[in-house]
Amino acid sequence: MFRGDRCLFKNLEFALNKGELLVIEGPNGSGKTSLLRAVAGLLEFETGAVKWDGVTIRDNHQSFRADLVWLSHRVGFKGDLNILENLKFESGLRASDQTRLGEVLERLSLSRLVELPFRSLSAGQQRRVALARMLLASARLWIMDEPFTNLDKAGQALVTELIGEHIGAGGSCMVASHQPLEIDDHTRRVTLQ
Amino acid sequence: MTGDSSNMPDIWTAFTGVIRRDVLLAWKRPGDVLNPLFFFAMVSTLFPLAIGPSPEQLQFSGPGVVWVAALLATLLSLNSLFLSDHEDGSLDQLILSPQPLPLLALGKSIAHWLTTGLPLVFVSPVIAVTFQMPSKTISIMMLTLAFGTVSLSLLGSIGAALTVGLHRGTALLSLLILPLAMPILIFGARTVSLSAADDAVTAGIYFLAAYCMLALTLAPFATAAALRISNE
Repeated sequence: MFRGDRCLFKNLEFALNKGELLVIEGPNGSGKTSLLRAVAGLLEFETGAVKWDGVTIRDNHQSFRADLVWLSHRVGFKGDLNILENLKFESGLRASDQTRLGEVLERLSLSRLVELPFRSLSAGQQRRVALARMLLASARLWIMDEPFTNLDKAGQALVTELIGEHIGAGGSCMVASHQPLEIDDHTRRVTLQ
Repeated sequence: MTGDSSNMPDIWTAFTGVIRRDVLLAWKRPGDVLNPLFFFAMVSTLFPLAIGPSPEQLQFSGPGVVWVAALLATLLSLNSLFLSDHEDGSLDQLILSPQPLPLLALGKSIAHWLTTGLPLVFVSPVIAVTFQMPSKTISIMMLTLAFGTVSLSLLGSIGAALTVGLHRGTALLSLLILPLAMPILIFGARTVSLSAADDAVTAGIYFLAAYCMLALTLAPFATAAALRISNE
């Protein structure tokens, strides 16, 4: 895969099974984000393909996207809307379990902030709202780009815990991170140069 | 976690959700809505002051001026159609959602029309009075503007999608869209002029309606394809 003239990676092959965490490691600029975006289908590979349930995502993009939820630096919420309005809009886009809304917001310590415009939340709180999107979505695959950014110690521990629960319940997770992340013997690693 | 699609929202929910969100955003930031409207009102009310008070001259140049001002006002507002979605990451979420992207793009265009085109149609009679247009001509002008602004919102979304990854793509966006917008301008302004001269206007209105339908069916697909390319 290339960005401009520079080759980010080639001959890369990996698999992610049910109940597994895949950690992408590598220095800044090594192509972690590009790899995640390409796996999600936001970027095109020059050659090669991503398969989901044995079918390339190009042929099967609708069911792949129904199984996918994406978290990145830009969290994708509207600054002028409050948390509830933002999450309500999300619920129209993908399958989600809105009955758990109260419980999820409580767990992420967002319950008292739901009426505030998203813009007025701190960067860490904004990341927590993005986590709420992942928890509410009934998606098997979580793709997370630097999930620990801006979060305090408790928040970082919470992310690790949530990932653990997700793969424990049979989900899969793909994470690009600088922080050490290890969940028992369910972790695979891909290191980019 | 089961990945079942039983509680997957239907496409109508997603479609109306996009419209509702964008209209709500416009409601919370009225400046974005008022800017193009203000531009439209300013340009078209300044013309009578510059041209002079002669009724014949005003009636002669009125349709053209109103239509050019409407076209420019819409072009001005198009640049921001996908820009904030691109900057805050919402566009990634829209593209990665299991809902069909052309439908979401159509929702964005409709919300854009509701917040710029529709107010413009309603303000236009006030402008028309300054050009001394007869009331029959005013209703024809509103009808042509309604078809024209829907087409512009739809066509413009293709340009806005193509230029979303570029910084300051406004000039490029106008260059891309203007050739496609020319027929709307020509037929729109001409139909209003014909109506003022008590000539038949049906052909012009049919053309604008047909153009609008063509944009409605094709533009969302082009916009969706352009969004996938330019959001890399």
